[in-house]
Amino acid sequence: MAQLQIFTQYLKQYLKARLAYRLDLVVKFITDLISQSFNLIFILVVFGHTQTLGGWNQSEVVFIYGYFLLPWAIFGTFFNLWSFNDKYIIKGELDRVLTRPVHSLLQVIMESMTPESLLGVVTGLIVMGYGASGLDLQWTWYDPILLILFTIGGVLVYAGIFIALTSISLYTDSKTDIQPIVFNVSNYGRYPVNIFNRIVQFVLTWMLPFAFVGFYPASFLLDRGDWRIYAYLTPVVGIVYFAIAVLLWNRGIRHYRGAGN
Amino acid sequence: MLAMYREVIRIRFLMMLAYRVNYYSGIIIYSINIGAYVFLWQAVYSGKPSLEGFSVIQMSTYIAISWMARAFYYNNLDREIAEEIRDGSVAIQIIRPYNYLMVKVFQGFGEGLFRLLLFSIPGMVIVSFIYPIQLTTDPSVWIQFFISLLFGFIVNVEVNLIVGLFAFFLLNNQGILWAKRFLVDLLSGLIIPISFFPEVFQKIFAFLPFQAISYIPSVTLVKGLDISKWLPAMGIQFAWSIILALLCWGIWVKARKTLIVQGG
Repeated sequence: MAQLQIFTQYLKQYLKARLAYRLDLVVKFITDLISQSFNLIFILVVFGHTQTLGGWNQSEVVFIYGYFLLPWAIFGTFFNLWSFNDKYIIKGELDRVLTRPVHSLLQVIMESMTPESLLGVVTGLIVMGYGASGLDLQWTWYDPILLILFTIGGVLVYAGIFIALTSISLYTDSKTDIQPIVFNVSNYGRYPVNIFNRIVQFVLTWMLPFAFVGFYPASFLLDRGDWRIYAYLTPVVGIVYFAIAVLLWNRGIRHYRGAGN
Repeated sequence: MLAMYREVIRIRFLMMLAYRVNYYSGIIIYSINIGAYVFLWQAVYSGKPSLEGFSVIQMSTYIAISWMARAFYYNNLDREIAEEIRDGSVAIQIIRPYNYLMVKVFQGFGEGLFRLLLFSIPGMVIVSFIYPIQLTTDPSVWIQFFISLLFGFIVNVEVNLIVGLFAFFLLNNQGILWAKRFLVDLLSGLIIPISFFPEVFQKIFAFLPFQAISYIPSVTLVKGLDISKWLPAMGIQFAWSIILALLCWGIWVKARKTLIVQGG
């Protein structure tokens, strides 16, 4: 309960800080929308030249992209760990965090969250709706529950991978470029995996499981059973990756020596 | 005068060289992005021999070459200018005995030269091992390509200068810089060749400078344009580099008058 209170306090402070620069907020919304609509434009242009992409029609691929935006937006809201190395290790902010009685990862997450990114969820639902409007989807009562479970699973996959990569900074204070590399791999997850070759499919499923963020769950919601088992695995994969990441983080915190003064 | 700008290029080149390790990861990132689009387009072709005059191989080659060319022409001059306006150091730059904009252009060129030698060329070699691409061996096509690429660089630099200078009027344009990046990537033909867009859009894009950045150089290399087709394409690039240069100059003259150094 105390954690929740702290969380709302952080949120309030954040909103105050953000609202001081209202124009920035508007600009952020607009740039998010632009980047999302460009990905959509790409899909639409591609389907001007083909009927199917690896057996998926335009509406289905749009639906998959829309679904992908849900975990992506939630991840972007809470896990802005991109500048962790600069801010917390090199500038030494982590020392301040460690003197406080709340779990260090939780503090870092709360200090770097951007609630305005949540708007991406709305965009995602609209895109999904647009995709679904061209399809004859039979939704049962449990599909919305699965949708939420899958989304949480996807967020955990993303969070797990990037927390694990961030905790590398706790072991070594030299900069690594592995985060942006993996980030670019994550873009593969929003397209049907069966268009990629076997090695890429394997990587996206078992090593950097970004296919669980977008494609597998979305294919299940599209009533395409071929990947049913993978879709059910989504929450499990999410929990496993997240748990490993938290373990790595905790070990890293114990290992952390500071970057000097 | 020229010796001074040569020095600017040299120093930026050496500066980049000091951080060369950063570029190995860049090559990996570009290879990953190229891969995503190569796979996607292969799925689009799925058996069709050619689309919009591109064969599958040509398409893969187009993607690879336009990403690696992007490494050459891409720079953050817009952000640098915006930041220098923000922190006020532009005031010092303006009173120095050189032309601020020209120095920026040549810094960008030094950076581009560095990336061409240590990023694009090794990157292209690596990518051609991984993906099915085919590069021409005709030296005259390569010469045409490099001339066209240079103009692509000039047009891109001018776009960056214009966007960066808008910071004079807006004081905070981080969002505009982001939006511009997406816009240039899409409209320059980096992600989708212009000829794949619906007719209406192609007609609109024909009036925009962005195709001069990426589409024209890449098509020049991939299709091996003959002189009668290449010269008009060059004409478009040349015209845009002049028009945008004039626009830059106009904004610059006006911007200096409205300069407010924040916190100064």
